[in-house]
Amino acid sequence: MSTQSYQVIGTRPIRHDGVDKVTGRALYGADIQMAGLLHGAILRSPHAHARIRSINTSKAEALAGVKAVVTAADFPPTGDRIVDLGEGETPLSYIRGNILASGKVLYRGHAVAAVAATSPHIAAEAASLIEVEYEPLPCVLTAPEAMRPGAPLLHEDLKTKEFGQQTDRVSNIAEHFRHSLGDLEKGFAEADIVLEREFHTATVHQGYIEPHNATALWNNDGRLLIWCSTQGAFVVRDTTACILDLPVSQVKVTPMEIGGGFGGKIPVYLEPVAALLSKKTGRPVKIVMSRKEVFEGTGPTPGSFIRIKIGAKRDGRFTAAQADLAYEAGAYPGAMVGAGAMTVFAAYDIPNVTIDGYDVVVNKPSTAAYRAPGATNAAFATETVVDEIAEHLGLDPLDLRLKNAAKEGTRRADGLKYRRIGCVEVLEAMKAHPHYRAPLEGANRGRGVAIGYWFNAGLPSSCTISVNADGSVTLVEGSTDIGGTRTSVAMQAAEVLGIPAGSVHPVVVDTDSVGFTAVTGGSRTTFATGWAAYEAAQDVLRQMKERAAKLWGLEPSAVRFEGGHFRASGHEISFAELAARLAETGGPVVGRATVNPRGVGGSFAGCIVDVEVDPETGKTSILRFTSIQDAGRAIHPSYVEGQMQGGSVQGIGWALNEEYFMGPDGEMRNSSLLDYRMPTALDLPMIDTQIVEVPNPGHPFGVRGVGEANIVPPPAAIANAIYRAVGVRMRRLPMSPPNLMQELWKKS
Amino acid sequence: MQKKMHVTATINGEVQEFLCEPRQSLLECLRDILHLTGTKEGCNDGNCGSCTVLMDGRLVTSCLVLGPEASGAEIVTVEGLARGRELHPLQKAFLEQAALQCGVCTPGFLVAAKALLDREPQPSEQRIRWWLANNLCRCTGYDKIVRAVQQAAAELAATQGGMNRL
Repeated sequence: MSTQSYQVIGTRPIRHDGVDKVTGRALYGADIQMAGLLHGAILRSPHAHARIRSINTSKAEALAGVKAVVTAADFPPTGDRIVDLGEGETPLSYIRGNILASGKVLYRGHAVAAVAATSPHIAAEAASLIEVEYEPLPCVLTAPEAMRPGAPLLHEDLKTKEFGQQTDRVSNIAEHFRHSLGDLEKGFAEADIVLEREFHTATVHQGYIEPHNATALWNNDGRLLIWCSTQGAFVVRDTTACILDLPVSQVKVTPMEIGGGFGGKIPVYLEPVAALLSKKTGRPVKIVMSRKEVFEGTGPTPGSFIRIKIGAKRDGRFTAAQADLAYEAGAYPGAMVGAGAMTVFAAYDIPNVTIDGYDVVVNKPSTAAYRAPGATNAAFATETVVDEIAEHLGLDPLDLRLKNAAKEGTRRADGLKYRRIGCVEVLEAMKAHPHYRAPLEGANRGRGVAIGYWFNAGLPSSCTISVNADGSVTLVEGSTDIGGTRTSVAMQAAEVLGIPAGSVHPVVVDTDSVGFTAVTGGSRTTFATGWAAYEAAQDVLRQMKERAAKLWGLEPSAVRFEGGHFRASGHEISFAELAARLAETGGPVVGRATVNPRGVGGSFAGCIVDVEVDPETGKTSILRFTSIQDAGRAIHPSYVEGQMQGGSVQGIGWALNEEYFMGPDGEMRNSSLLDYRMPTALDLPMIDTQIVEVPNPGHPFGVRGVGEANIVPPPAAIANAIYRAVGVRMRRLPMSPPNLMQELWKKS
Repeated sequence: MQKKMHVTATINGEVQEFLCEPRQSLLECLRDILHLTGTKEGCNDGNCGSCTVLMDGRLVTSCLVLGPEASGAEIVTVEGLARGRELHPLQKAFLEQAALQCGVCTPGFLVAAKALLDREPQPSEQRIRWWLANNLCRCTGYDKIVRAVQQAAAELAATQGGMNRL
């Protein structure tokens, strides 16, 4: 590990936006007020699958206070075409279809029409006056159901892509792909033990506390202005421009503060609708979703069916592994099963592997990313089978994992060969942690472990830094700050410039005011935008050296920068002193950088959990929880811990309670925060953390990104702990009281 | 035809008058009429706690109170916690303990925690968890929030505890 010492990195300054967020001054999307503002409401489908026969908006339009009504017929008449907005080639009709349904509704909650009115109450009332005639159709709600021959079809034009080739087969399977490594049959033949198990996981929601919102003003000069809550303002700009057939430069998106996203605020839902309403009325229109709309009308993460088969020698060495992953995309293709396939065996070096992935459309909301999307489902399956193998072979579960752990040079079945990774270091830290050896006494108690992986993302980021005369700098970036990244990005600039974190003033700006920057997602912001800040700061130093050289009548190459001072033989000036003299040496200094980094470093996270099961009710309590993760380099340790704790608790909720409880008609029966039961403070102990640092050689400071891997292992670790507590293997999420009681009854 | 009601209430120590429709919640009145947008809406059915305010010393989810019900009441919102430029010890502790990430649940937690510490200056960890179970946070896993409340309790005890008990 690196022994380099830093002045700013690794410290815990108070975040730059902190005071605004504890005083209520920070402005989130829903806080927008402006002159002439209208309020929008959306009418949503009561059916999971139905043909739209007709829409009659006349009663809604006649209500006093209503200013406009829109439907899919209001999209520009451009016809269908294939577009790529960064997530692969998609028909425009699918992207538009999820904004406002056309022809058919594909899930309960699917948006059908929208209203703008002078108050939110009038808008809601008007939406309920829109008359839609539906022809209900049979629905399919799970991947195995939807894959059956003869299953009702969501899209009559959806043809299966198989092994990269387009087939003529019309079905609900959008894609079937396979990754292979070695010789699977030979590998299983060499094994002394082979276990094959099947798993089901329910649809769950990201559960951010702030509902989606968007305000749009289609200005009289033809430009469309949007204020919204998003993980990526440029994604909103590009998607909205595409949907409305505008050049991207005609759309300006201002990202407001965001109240949580976890991947769910990458897609666009409301912005084009608010824009169409604004176009019709000539006034700004704000739409804010209700909680029910968030559950029924935005993208949760896929439910899944997974089959895992692993073979091992008596000494524990894995010889072969096979996975079938069928993920529910929801109404439109894109279940992120590809990420499931990349992560399902990511922690292990296995010579013979086959992974089959199926992207399956079902009559549920179109799914979106949720923190390490696809990986948690997959790890739940793999890590419980690994635990079972350890039990059969009489091996310590961490020793078994260490024996097979992936390391630098390990090749995954999807083709990637690892650079430096921290899988072994995380497993060793788990084994050495006092929690792992602490006594756990009492009936119905058990301890479990698991490890998880997320590959992290690079993608473009832009940054400018201007130097102020008082020795501070202003840092302009395009990354929405969801969990303290203004600070983790600013700290990297501060480290380069030799100034305190508080002397960097970071500001997140609109799409007109900074270069293209990809989403805050994939754990990429501290990595990639941090790198852009690093490069922009280097650009500042280069220019400042020229100024120092000018002052001293030297060549710039004679000036060096160390310990916050510019130095040359016999000369020295501090950063702040030189900043005060920019005017007399040529004017302002602005550093700029854009990056599109390739050196992404994946992150492993493990957890140790103690549970107690109440055998009367099936309720599982978390007694103790430890999360251990490779951060590469922890820029701001408190915010790294915060990611680990938050991800762990989302994993606990996913494990024990959370699910879309669906009726046979496709109705979500628990679409409130009372019935969709996310963990409260009372459900949890403190979440202990240990940061492991195996620096990423692909980043100037070694950053890997820590937002996601931490959610991956908890469901598997909790399943393994439940087994030790009460002797039943849970292969269905959530491991809620009714699901656990069923297994306990089967056992007795 | 008169549609709006005239309401007088004391909000963060100041007497305020406003007009609202009978169907508007206190949350809507605070945010849309009085522009006190620090109080957030997360669910509009009383389950997330983001809109928590104090009403005559009692914790309420302001989405479940109608605006006209606030007539004559004393309301405290997150905007009323700091004294001038001086942050409340809870606000300071939330910053120092990194007890917020996205920050949208923070106003509700701060108001709820203030109500707890006003009643019970030295709550146990379990008591803090019980009290804050009305407020959902999806980012932090609550660990740093609980620690922030503990820190604020300790600070309040050190600075004012002695005096209050005289």
